[in-house]
Amino acid sequence: MSAQITGAQSLVNSLESAGVDVMFGIPGGAILPAYDPIFDSSIRHILVRHEQGAGHAATGYAQATGRVGVCIATSGPGATNLVTPLADAQMDSVPIVAITGQVASAAIGTDAFQEADIRGITMPVTKHNFLITDPRDIPRAIAEAFHIAGTGRPGAVLVDIAKDALTKMTEFEWPTSLSLPGYNPIMDPTAESIRDAAALIAESKSPVLYVGGGAIKSNASAELMKLAELTGAPVVTTLMALGTFPDSHPQHLGMPGMHGTVAAVTSLQKADLLITLGARFDDRVTGKLSSFAPNARVIHADIDPAEIGKNRIVDVALIGDLKATINALLPELKKKFESSKPDLTEWWAQCNSWRNKYPLGFDEPTDGSVSPQYVIQRLGQIAGPDAIYVAGVGQHQMWSSQFVNYEKPRTWINSGGLGTMGFAVPAAMGAKVGAPDTVVWAIDGDGCFQMTNQELVTCALNNIPIKVAIINNESLGMVRQWQTLFYNERYSNTDLHSKRIPDFAKLAEAMGCVGLRCESKEDVDRVINEAMAINDRPVVVDFSVHRDAMVWPMVAAGTSNDDIVIAKSMAPIWDSQEL
Amino acid sequence: MSTHTLSVLVENSPGVLARVASLFARRGYNIDSLAVGPTEDPNVSRMTIVVNVEGHALSQVIQQTDKLINVLSIIELDPIASVQRELLLVKVTTSPETRSQVLETVQLFRAKVVDVVQDAVTIEATGNSEKIQALLRVLEPYGIKELVQSGLVAMERGLKPGKSHTPDHD
Repeated sequence: MSAQITGAQSLVNSLESAGVDVMFGIPGGAILPAYDPIFDSSIRHILVRHEQGAGHAATGYAQATGRVGVCIATSGPGATNLVTPLADAQMDSVPIVAITGQVASAAIGTDAFQEADIRGITMPVTKHNFLITDPRDIPRAIAEAFHIAGTGRPGAVLVDIAKDALTKMTEFEWPTSLSLPGYNPIMDPTAESIRDAAALIAESKSPVLYVGGGAIKSNASAELMKLAELTGAPVVTTLMALGTFPDSHPQHLGMPGMHGTVAAVTSLQKADLLITLGARFDDRVTGKLSSFAPNARVIHADIDPAEIGKNRIVDVALIGDLKATINALLPELKKKFESSKPDLTEWWAQCNSWRNKYPLGFDEPTDGSVSPQYVIQRLGQIAGPDAIYVAGVGQHQMWSSQFVNYEKPRTWINSGGLGTMGFAVPAAMGAKVGAPDTVVWAIDGDGCFQMTNQELVTCALNNIPIKVAIINNESLGMVRQWQTLFYNERYSNTDLHSKRIPDFAKLAEAMGCVGLRCESKEDVDRVINEAMAINDRPVVVDFSVHRDAMVWPMVAAGTSNDDIVIAKSMAPIWDSQEL
Repeated sequence: MSTHTLSVLVENSPGVLARVASLFARRGYNIDSLAVGPTEDPNVSRMTIVVNVEGHALSQVIQQTDKLINVLSIIELDPIASVQRELLLVKVTTSPETRSQVLETVQLFRAKVVDVVQDAVTIEATGNSEKIQALLRVLEPYGIKELVQSGLVAMERGLKPGKSHTPDHD
């Protein structure tokens, strides 16, 4: 029989047994018992400045490393502040575990001080959650939480632990096996579905590999490369998949979707077969669903059976882990191609004409201000493909997806599904903790930055030297863009009237970071290089940029991908045979 | 839209009903009725959920529900290959003139009277939805003072292949 320890000690032992090396959090009343053994634990605890920062940091860590990220908070407001990052991680299938304190079990339901039903609140935004009131249940719950978060389709899991479960005495025993009879992720697609998929590919004259974030979650980049080169098909990678297939590869047509390349969007529209790999037919990719890829048959590979047919009826479903799926598909396809391999020459001629005629680009502002796209492009070129880029949400995010070249998986981290402004700084912090030897750039907007910049204090005090580029257009740029296009330029509440309020460089200095400023095109390289040279402290660069710059191309919300616009009121001109 | 009866085995753990209800609310699935109760295994409860969805949406309801960690299995029950029952308690106004007619109706529907007062009888009936609705239609002219109905409970007919059962089932 093992020794009697507190539930709190059992929690810390459990986290250590689960392999946790770092967690982000803030103590408070209900979780306080756990913080006593945390003080002596091998786990590095990073004291953040807001629980939302802890949650996004766990996400950034998980995205950069592929491991489960961990955050910890107290009951009530501590827990509710985690709701946004939990929803964010769940939407993007990021494995994180949140530990929250709860009021003592006898007080649950009495509206006690700092009581919130966080299990009830987070039910719709987590993969699973637990409320623990008996200290004996702690090791099992933690083991199950990490297993559920990290396997199958990854997601967010919350473990809420009543204070008395932390203070009572218990025995610690790490479970050697888990009993989750209702949770059996399918790893391997059926042989029949693989044969059906190979048959469709072997018949297709105009296929596209439509690759989503599942390719990164499954660490399937190498397999994807083999499949792409075997089929010779064009590849498009969604916002969540950037980097899983090199941007520089000649088969890569770019990103599809609302702000995707003309070539990527149009190739999906004109394809006769979508080979969908870990993507989910999100509305930002499909545009008006009923007009999306109207002539395409669909192969849909996903580890989540509920994604099959959710938005688009499919012809062949490949349910399983993507790496295993591609590995099963490759030999079957080779066999098929021995007898006949479709000639994609004509298809490529079309794709190349779209690509050559409508490359990504931007106009230089005529008023002498700096174009935001130029700043981001130079940042990507100077920091290079080994750096990790973390974006907030809005115009700067889209430009970062367009004008930085991603060559490797896990080098692009953003909030795709939930679209959480304020994601960048804390997520970059988490990524840097997970990959301390990698240069980590947060590319943020001035609106986003003002939501979560306090975590730079955490970075400064904990030797987490991230770099932040604020693409400062003194407005909520993406919303402003929509007002320009759809609300007659009536800029209701999108002007941040910043005019140096706050002065971001000074603010950075006040938080223990280096604050730099760049206001002219000539200074862009110099300032980026100056920031690159600083490795002992976080750096913030305030780039003043042209405020009327817009993200192009654009498929307006709710419209068809066929109505993609390459600049204001400018649709691509199709050759007659393309119509 | 058409109704479908889903038989869902769930772990008998706290919050499982809330999880299912939360999922249905969040994804906009309409529940016509939901009944939950124990099974032969004390660790497992059975939910019988009647949903009203288009054919295509049904597979989404099933897949999304099956994704809940506490859901052990979910199947759609074929109305022909399953026994489906609801319980009705209804309080009907009676007068000396109508009482015998009401009692006759009770007999015809193989229902029973469970409470009698001066000017009303309370009737208990079980059956499938059609029978319950038919009974109510006949009783309505007499005056329904109050009624309460359970959700539908249902079970597959016959034996599942490979499952051991007592031989004397009927």
